[in-house]
Amino acid sequence: MALTLKAGMKLNSAVCAGQIMVLRAPKEPLDLRCGGAEMSTEEAAEKSGVDKDFAHGLLVGKRYVDEEETMEFLCTRGGEGGLSLGSTPLGVKQAKALPSSD
Amino acid sequence: MNIFLILQMAADAMPDRVAVVSGDERLTYAALLERARTVAGALKQDQKLGFLGESNAMAPVALFAAALTGAPYVPLNYRLAEEPLNALLKRTAPALIITDRTDVAQDGLVVSASSSLLGGKPIDSDAPDDATSPAIELFTSGTTGEPKSAILRHDNLMSYILGTVEFMSAEEDEATLISVPPYHIAGISAVLSSVYAGRRMVQLPNFSAEAWLGLAATEGVTNAFLVPTMLQRIVEQIEKSGAAPQLPKLRALAYGGGKMPLQVIEAAMDMFPDVAFTNAYGLTETSSTICLLDPDDHRQARSSENPEVRRRLGSVGRPLPTIEIQIRDEDGRACGADEAGLVFVRGDQVSGEYKGAGSQLDGDGWFPTKDRGFLDTEGFLFLDGRADDVIVRGGENISPGEIEDVVIAHPSVKDVAAVAVPDTEWGEAVGLAVVVDPETTPPGAEELCEIVRKSLRSSRVPTLVHFCDALPYNETGKLLRRVIRDDLARLGS
Repeated sequence: MALTLKAGMKLNSAVCAGQIMVLRAPKEPLDLRCGGAEMSTEEAAEKSGVDKDFAHGLLVGKRYVDEEETMEFLCTRGGEGGLSLGSTPLGVKQAKALPSSD
Repeated sequence: MNIFLILQMAADAMPDRVAVVSGDERLTYAALLERARTVAGALKQDQKLGFLGESNAMAPVALFAAALTGAPYVPLNYRLAEEPLNALLKRTAPALIITDRTDVAQDGLVVSASSSLLGGKPIDSDAPDDATSPAIELFTSGTTGEPKSAILRHDNLMSYILGTVEFMSAEEDEATLISVPPYHIAGISAVLSSVYAGRRMVQLPNFSAEAWLGLAATEGVTNAFLVPTMLQRIVEQIEKSGAAPQLPKLRALAYGGGKMPLQVIEAAMDMFPDVAFTNAYGLTETSSTICLLDPDDHRQARSSENPEVRRRLGSVGRPLPTIEIQIRDEDGRACGADEAGLVFVRGDQVSGEYKGAGSQLDGDGWFPTKDRGFLDTEGFLFLDGRADDVIVRGGENISPGEIEDVVIAHPSVKDVAAVAVPDTEWGEAVGLAVVVDPETTPPGAEELCEIVRKSLRSSRVPTLVHFCDALPYNETGKLLRRVIRDDLARLGS
């Protein structure tokens, strides 16, 4: 079951401690998974194991995007599971490092 | 997205790292979060959260406590005299004001000392997710009139932080020295950036060059932001002491908030050859920095033989990747490279909104900064003063900056301001307030007028030259041109 996402929404991994926040997403529902299992707005009481094909990890503070950058998620809590849209893994957004200005 | 997330993530990922150092007090990220939750518990519905005082550990606590409840945070200028302060307090009510002062009382205000707020019960709830609600209401300095209340929404601030700071990018030993006051946009962005980066905030409530150098050494400070006057005082203090500064940990100095004199930045770069300098240009209304002259730009400009590159030491750099800059002429047409006009800015971090007056953005989202300037062929922005400061002599627009640049080049001139003075023939003419070094043979008015005539045009020649001991600046280093204009108008009449 795909979820309709909107900016600001928090999603939890069903398989690890990972949590993300939606920064932007297309209007249509998405099959967003972490560690191979669908993500949820609810926090599961018990986490099932990470699918080893989707164990590329979730790093706190990193932003994740699809290839066309139609969607962007901020990892607010790290975990072992990796993000994927269906079975297509999402990548880390590469941003130019800026010097601290404050 | 609520800015409370910044603290939540930091406390989650690095609970035991020191977040704030204020005198003898040290707070970890976990403690900062706990305190924010506690102070949030004291806030009643519909109250804003005000903070009136010097920089202390309560300032970052209050900023996040307000965010947690969804109330706007209103840091107030504690240096204001009674009457203007009361006017701002009145505009802030209903509010809970955190202050250790005893002279604050007004209808609609609940006044609490920091200590009395920390005994309460922390609230456990999540921060509300109304990204468009105001996170901060910040009174502008009001150098040109009644202070305006700029509204910065959660989305504006989050967009700035996510676009400029990498989460937890600071090494465990990094510390930033915060000497700007909590009611200044740079004081707010310092908190948000430092917490997101995981960089320890060392607070210096009352700036003096000596105190800054002392604290930077004892706390092993690696980063700092300074307004130009502060850097100037530090340079002078080091020159006076005759010894090289002992700050082996210092890696980066950022500066902004006013025009940096070329001599000062050059002297500072020579004094701190291993320090990376960054010039940051931003406004309250743009959630802080929009343009950066980065450390490489500094080094290239300093060592280049090419005048086009060399002059960039006087520029504010290029826009952030998430920001667009446009220069427009008086008729709203886009200017070409090197053509001066009014600076417009666009980007998600730009609020451009004042309480009461609403949004100042045009239909396409552009905000008029009211700064004048131009972009060079490589996109470096050069500022040329405020649009309001332009001297209009017989219909001709004269920028104070071009006159000041010529006069300050005189070795005996320490500081100078060109302002409009009333003129019966031309409407306005150029007036000059000059500070000279008493230990040299100072130039007379005639000599300065001659320098301006030779370098520029006769229309730029001052009709009034006033020598004074110092020019008036506000506490964050902003030149108070209005005060000079009033003084010179009186002298000329």
